Amino acid sequence: MNLSNSEILLSIEDLHASVEDKKILYGVNLIVREGEIHAIMGPNGSGKSTLSKIIAGHPSYKVISGSIKFKGINILELEPEKRARIGIFLGFQYPVEIPGVSNLEFLRVSTNSRRNELGKSELDTFEFEELVTESLKIVEMDPAFLERSVNEGFSGGEKKRNEILQMALLDPLVAILDETDSGLDIDALRVVASGITKLSNPNSATILITHYQRLLNEVTPDFVHIMANGKIIKTGNKELAMDIEKSGYELINKRTKKKEVAK
Amino acid sequence: MKSSAFCRNWLKSLPPTQGDLQKEQVFGRKRLLEKGIPSPEDEAWRLSNLNRLNEFFALPLTIKERSNHHFPEQEKSIKRLILNTNKCILEDILPEGITKLSNREIEENIGNIIKTCNIKNDLAVSINQAASSDLLALRINQNVTQSLEIIIPSVQQQMISTRVIIILEKGARLDLLEVILGNNQSAQNHLIEIKLEANAELNHELISFGQGKQASSLSTLAVEQSPQSKYSLNSLHQGWHYARFEPRIIQTQGDASTTIKSLQVTSAKEQIATHSLVRFEGPNGRLDQLQKAVATDSSHSIFNGSIDVPKKAQKTEAAQLSKNLILSKRARIDTKPELEIVADDVRCTHGATVSQLQEEELFYLLSRGINKEAANSLLLQGYYDDIISNFSKNAQRWNFIEKLIKATNK
Ligand SMILES: Nc1ncnc2c1ncn2[C@@H]1O[C@H](COP(=O)(O)OP(=O)(O)OP(=O)(O)O)[C@@H](O)[C@H]1O
Ligand SMILES: [Mg+2]
Repeated sequence: MNLSNSEILLSIEDLHASVEDKKILYGVNLIVREGEIHAIMGPNGSGKSTLSKIIAGHPSYKVISGSIKFKGINILELEPEKRARIGIFLGFQYPVEIPGVSNLEFLRVSTNSRRNELGKSELDTFEFEELVTESLKIVEMDPAFLERSVNEGFSGGEKKRNEILQMALLDPLVAILDETDSGLDIDALRVVASGITKLSNPNSATILITHYQRLLNEVTPDFVHIMANGKIIKTGNKELAMDIEKSGYELINKRTKKKEVAK
Repeated sequence: MKSSAFCRNWLKSLPPTQGDLQKEQVFGRKRLLEKGIPSPEDEAWRLSNLNRLNEFFALPLTIKERSNHHFPEQEKSIKRLILNTNKCILEDILPEGITKLSNREIEENIGNIIKTCNIKNDLAVSINQAASSDLLALRINQNVTQSLEIIIPSVQQQMISTRVIIILEKGARLDLLEVILGNNQSAQNHLIEIKLEANAELNHELISFGQGKQASSLSTLAVEQSPQSKYSLNSLHQGWHYARFEPRIIQTQGDASTTIKSLQVTSAKEQIATHSLVRFEGPNGRLDQLQKAVATDSSHSIFNGSIDVPKKAQKTEAAQLSKNLILSKRARIDTKPELEIVADDVRCTHGATVSQLQEEELFYLLSRGINKEAANSLLLQGYYDDIISNFSKNAQRWNFIEKLIKATNK
């Protein structure tokens, strides 16, 4: 699906960024429109998570130059909580454990923050429990996880389901899922993939950061980008992902470089 | 003026020795005169703000009763006693199975627990002996299960000195909620002595909140545990300009179980200290101690946790953990475990951590749209959780969670 005349949700232009004085991103460009599914692949340490955290507004990462716009608004000046409220969601590669904080309460407060922004009424404990019960079905999660502390002692796969549960509750416009498929068994991968499919709609977009073809077999991307050394070096369709699975990044990297030289 | 001069002036201001506690008063006053006030060289008082101890002595003793208090209502089944003068005269009707000790019994018992706990020479104990003119002395009869609340408010610009003795007979079980409150420029001077006979069980909740400006508190808790008894303390200390809490727990023949879960929260320029001591005088004793502190602004939190395991206390299992959270660069936390383990066949562990609020945890919450204030308060509540979740519903009526969060979320 290439809806080039649908609205642009996210546009990243020539983004350079660093963390702890170490430069990580060297000019990232990316346009994401309504209804699209993008995949970002690339070797370890190439800057995929860095990009996602910068979009979400992590304070440790410094933008040196370039811009990130969400529906035309420069979001680099917005606090992370505001970005989330207007519909940007980051599914973490490593979801954080927060001992002592009830998962249910956390989910409720988050959901209400987003609802507030959308002009919807806040949900009290009872109303929220109804909503969350429905959302739990999407990720086939046991309600017992609501009673526990946020991610504390959750297995890798359980943490990832909890991320998708949050995505379901927050109903974002742009969801960036950073390796949500890593560490999932086959069944869990299906559940998560079908969750992502159910949650995507014509007005929203999804960016899947992944290392594997597996997820992309279940959720077909419109675009596949390859990131290397802090840049998107190649963009293609789902065939590109298959190519990577076959040949690895090394080869593709070389081919890309050759082409550049030929130009 | 020298420190001991503050103490001498205070002693002069006290009413003449009299009443049932006359002997104690004479003893305490004599001690104070002889020993004076600790100096910074005194190891146990090294970190203590001794100027504030002087201020403590500047306040006159409360004599008159004041009874216009607004406290949260307790659960219906629970008897509440309010000690609001130095006279702990008990006109209240006590719940079934709880009786007042007779004068003769008081005579027999007084000083015993202090002696067992080896705190006869402690400054705070002497101060209490010097000033207290009455005491609340109760017995929980054999095999009785009961609940009780003791509330000790204080009066502005005055010192209140209270003393409580509770004896739990064999197999008795008590849920005790103690609430110690401060006021503007007030001082609390409290001593509670507890004896648990064999198989007795005490669940002791202590809420100690300074509330007013420049409130101070010196309090000592002495517990004597017989074999097979269970003592559990859940305590909260917050809002004192100057407070020192000294729990002393002795398992007289080992083979008992002690649990301490304690939280102290300091802000502004407050200094709150806990000096705990648990000693095992026989084998097979158990201790589980969790001490948490949160310090913000330019406050100072102190914890000193002694555990004594002499040769005769084989097979002791003791665990002490001190977890601390510093919320400001100017805040200070001193924590020191002091394990003296002579017995060789024991399992004793201790540990201490000092951390800051985790940036990654905060970012996770923010990235879900939760604002900074709400996120911080969730994180703080999470931090407090393993202490406050142990408190009963009845104790939770005192709304301490909000107070603790408010004190630290700025
Ligand atoms: N907080 C940080 N401090 C120092 N270096 C960092 C920090 N965050 C990221 N980096 C470095 O930035 C580079 C990019 O990391 P990033 O996590 O974005 O890679 P990635 O593409 O997501 O890799 P992976 O596929 O392994 O998840 C790495 O070299 C990493 O060590
Ligand atoms: Mg990554």
